[in-house]
Amino acid sequence: MAKGFSKPKNVGKTFARLFGYLRPHIGALLVVAVLLVVNSLSGVLGTYLLKPIFNIASDMFKTGSRDFGPIFRSIFLLALVYVVGVTANYGVNRLLMKMNIQVLYEIRCEMYEHLEKLPLKYFDSRTHGEIMSRFTNDTDTLREMLSNALPNMISSSVTLLGVLVAMFLMNWKLTLLVLGILLVMTMLVGRLTGLSAKYFRARQAAIAAASGYVEEHFEGQREVKVFCHEQKVKSEFGQLAQNLKDAAAKANSYGMILMPIMGNTSYILFAVSAMSGTSLIIRGLMDIGTLAAYLQYSKQIARPINMISQQVTSVLNALAGAERIFDLMDTPVEVDEGKFRLERVGKEQWAWVRGEERIPLRGDVRFDHVTFSYDGKVDVLKDLSLYAKPGQKIAFVGSTGAGKTTITNLINRFYDVQQGSITYDGINVKDIRKDDLRRSLGMVLQDTHLFTGTVMENIRYGRLDATDEECVAAAKRSNAHFFISHLPEGYNTVLTADGANLSQGQRQLIAIARAAVADPPVLILDEATSSIDTRTEAHIEKGMDELMKGRTVFVIAHRLSTVRNANAIMVLEHGEIIERGDHRDLLDQKGRYYQLYTGMFELS
Amino acid sequence: MKTIRRLLGYVGKYKYPAFLTIACMIGEVVFEVLIPKYMALLIDNGISLGDTAYVYRMGGVMILLTLGAMALGMLGVIFGARSSTGFAMNLQNAVFGAVEDFSFKNTDKFTTPSLITRMTNDITNVQQAFQMTIRMAMRSPAQLILATFMAIRISGRLSLVLLCVLPVLAIGLALIAKITYPRFIAMLHRYDDMNASTQENLIAIRVVKAFVRGDYETKKFKKSASDVRDAQFNAEKILILNGPLMTLTMYACILAVVGIGSTHIAVGRMTSGELISFISYISSILISLMMLSMYFMMIIMSSASAKRLGEVLEEVPDIDENRSSTVRVKDGSIDFDHVNFSYSGSDENPTLTDINLHIQSGETIGVIGGSGSGKTSLVQLIPRLYEATAGAVKVGGVNVKKYSSDELRGAIGMVLQKNVLFSGTIRENLKWGDPNATDEEIESACKVACAHDFIMSFPKGYDTDLGQGGVNVSGGQKQRLCIARALLKKPKILILDDSTSAVDTATDAAIREAFRTVCPDTTKIIIAQRLNSVMEADRIVVLDEGRINDVGTHEELLARNLIYQEVYESQMRKEVA
Repeated sequence: MAKGFSKPKNVGKTFARLFGYLRPHIGALLVVAVLLVVNSLSGVLGTYLLKPIFNIASDMFKTGSRDFGPIFRSIFLLALVYVVGVTANYGVNRLLMKMNIQVLYEIRCEMYEHLEKLPLKYFDSRTHGEIMSRFTNDTDTLREMLSNALPNMISSSVTLLGVLVAMFLMNWKLTLLVLGILLVMTMLVGRLTGLSAKYFRARQAAIAAASGYVEEHFEGQREVKVFCHEQKVKSEFGQLAQNLKDAAAKANSYGMILMPIMGNTSYILFAVSAMSGTSLIIRGLMDIGTLAAYLQYSKQIARPINMISQQVTSVLNALAGAERIFDLMDTPVEVDEGKFRLERVGKEQWAWVRGEERIPLRGDVRFDHVTFSYDGKVDVLKDLSLYAKPGQKIAFVGSTGAGKTTITNLINRFYDVQQGSITYDGINVKDIRKDDLRRSLGMVLQDTHLFTGTVMENIRYGRLDATDEECVAAAKRSNAHFFISHLPEGYNTVLTADGANLSQGQRQLIAIARAAVADPPVLILDEATSSIDTRTEAHIEKGMDELMKGRTVFVIAHRLSTVRNANAIMVLEHGEIIERGDHRDLLDQKGRYYQLYTGMFELS
Repeated sequence: MKTIRRLLGYVGKYKYPAFLTIACMIGEVVFEVLIPKYMALLIDNGISLGDTAYVYRMGGVMILLTLGAMALGMLGVIFGARSSTGFAMNLQNAVFGAVEDFSFKNTDKFTTPSLITRMTNDITNVQQAFQMTIRMAMRSPAQLILATFMAIRISGRLSLVLLCVLPVLAIGLALIAKITYPRFIAMLHRYDDMNASTQENLIAIRVVKAFVRGDYETKKFKKSASDVRDAQFNAEKILILNGPLMTLTMYACILAVVGIGSTHIAVGRMTSGELISFISYISSILISLMMLSMYFMMIIMSSASAKRLGEVLEEVPDIDENRSSTVRVKDGSIDFDHVNFSYSGSDENPTLTDINLHIQSGETIGVIGGSGSGKTSLVQLIPRLYEATAGAVKVGGVNVKKYSSDELRGAIGMVLQKNVLFSGTIRENLKWGDPNATDEEIESACKVACAHDFIMSFPKGYDTDLGQGGVNVSGGQKQRLCIARALLKKPKILILDDSTSAVDTATDAAIREAFRTVCPDTTKIIIAQRLNSVMEADRIVVLDEGRINDVGTHEELLARNLIYQEVYESQMRKEVA
């Protein structure tokens, strides 16, 4: 609802780093610096040139001379100075604009590129909104600083300095007086700014509370409607909006009250200068031209100070934003110390790369005494050992939180094992290039995520060099072809907003086709068919069986019917395998699986 | 324009501080405009009379005027902040209220993320524009007029300079605004696209990682980021002409005024003090124009936001909630009379076709069907979350349109496929069902939903904080909490939309058994994937591609319905094997 108000931790370091992005534009930057100075000084000089004009004019009045030559010469000079100033001004704007847009683009791209390399942990431990705001709010405030606040501060400082020098040259005593008044005003402003920080923080907190509420209840609109809570929710929000209003009214008042104070300070200086200057003229200690120029300066001097004080907040804000951006960029990326390479050498053929040699991949996966914890405190998996021989189907059954999904997270190294090891064809997964490893592990997740784009593009996501024919073949194999060809535009139907125009089951079918087109030696199905009805599931079963043939498969499922034909079923509880065997063995054991199967025990 | 007037309606009682702000700002300008006049007197009379006392007297007047202006300016800020934040609050409440009154069709049209942006960014933009309006929209014209008036009083002839320069400036500024506006809109669209794809990537990060598509996604992002960059450049290269144009005008004025003015001084037609104050007025005029052009820019920029807010406020809720209706829901019978339904409202792609179904009060109905067969759409028509495109949906023998939405929905307990819990404790969430529920009622509802035991296993029991979106409980636990929440409404109709999918068969069975004993008179509609969940229903509806394929008991369907047999096969076959 308004821009954040926060403090950067290390101004110097952040500035230095930002400057790194400007370095390639150092030539332009130098030109900008020169032009900024030229622009400011031409303003100062322009005013100074008023002095001879007024003096010549009043002398002419006194002497009755009609020689306008000197006046016109001065006017011409003034015009020249002004033209230079305007040109410089345009140059600054143009160069800065181009540079900033480019720099922002680079920062965005770098941030995104880095983001894509971050470990899954980073995403799991933050909300999307938090990450998004690096790309939106933080880059926006940074842009505001680079294109407005900083150049304004620089040119204001130069102007301030130039004006002060000119004023001192004209009359140093009067200037000391002016400075004294300014100092008092500046201190007052400083004090007010200090006070306002508290209110800005309060406003931030109120904004966060209201935004959070809006997000949660807009997303939960169905429940609000179904439970007729519209009135209650409205009044709760009303309270939050009221709090925000109270906080914002104070913050805005304190934040903006500087404007009339500083603005009118220039009139006070103007009045004081006019008074003193005139009495100096009466005493013959000053000429009218000097007073005219001096009065202009006295009006000009407060403005840069005002400017600078206004920009400080936005610079600080932007630096805090920049720190968050750099923070993201500094988050360590996924490490990949893998040496072993894997590649797809043909249809359903993958191989280990050793020099020129290609050793066919078998697809043997082993867990050897694996222990894992997300937070370093609670072990999610405890001393887990298991193996999947090439072509075997291994199923995991257990409650939410038993560690089923964690197992798949470890195989494809979304997270790394802390104790024990996972091997792939006898090679520790840590020694395999991550990209190769993941490419060789096809995944179908419970929450299907599709991307904006056509159905074809979404299937091709599995393997970018797949031809249209291969994509269609994969869709046919996963039984997705039938419904896709009934879509208005068939394979060219554009999916939007996470495939919202499809049913959950249809989306899942596309996700399965996507995995099929990747043609991986190992498949991981994490509740892949949980949202497809059993009849449809039965229909695609043939396709799935086809897909699983010759591949090592890990299946995680709630529905026991989907795991029955697995070579081995692991029953997980609290991170441990409590039972293992095939369907028949487990039923004979009359243990937990039997209880689950007969409905005597509940999975949560 | 209509939109703006509509939005301004929400200023409400904050129009008083708004008027005070305007008054203060105009007062400030009046004081400020008088200052150069006294300065001219001070300089000219002071110098010619050589009277220092006169100089100090005039100086004193100037300082008093300044202090007055300062005081009014400060008051203006305070009133302005009060008024604009109050306006923002009213707008927030209005937009929030409008969204709460939306039917899902309305919400689907806008999408939730877009509504959230409107609630936040757009309101901020409008608030800032409003604050600027009450501070500047009157002040700047007043400054323009008064300063021009004073300038003319000093020298009508010199004022002609303004007459030449100002139209050029005005045309220039208008041209820039006209050219940049569409370019800015285009830029904002690209910007939205970029953010949308970033968001999509974040949501699907597991897929991106699993398929090793980081580079591909980065490439995609760079394309849209460079689109944004180019659009931005395209818009801003024109916009930056603003500054030079303004300064150029200012300088041209000063040059002309000083040039002509100094010759006037030389011939005694004007005094030095007059020329100095004239320059002062000229800069006042130009500054006021600068402010006005900035103001217009801002208004143009924020008008997009205003438009987006207007859209929400003007959106007529697709479903008239009939708040005044006093018709009561008499019992839990439900009738579908030749109901057609499509999300688009047109006849193309119907989701439901010719649904004819009569459910008696207290009956238990199972609904099965493949993905996309229209099961969820069917039950959403009952509490009127969507409206039937053709035909009639009746509850208690009365068309659902006749009830007030509170009455209708109050009588229906619905557990949705995607369950949402809110931040707060378990108890607070359960009380959504009935704000006045006693602890005993809550507990017994939780027992029916088989939720009591796991709730008690938490250290804080019913006071466990769920976290945003209910992140602290598992999927199955969430579903059971949602069932308990629906039960607390003591509904006449209970709809369970695949809401025990993450709950185990045994618990599922226990919950259904509890339903039978605890609320035998409640009509129950159970949508499920598992046949186990619907087998014991009084009747089972088989939906296929939006049509009712068959209705009957388990035995009947097993004997005659092909789809049912297939589903049964798919689930039971292996068990026999």
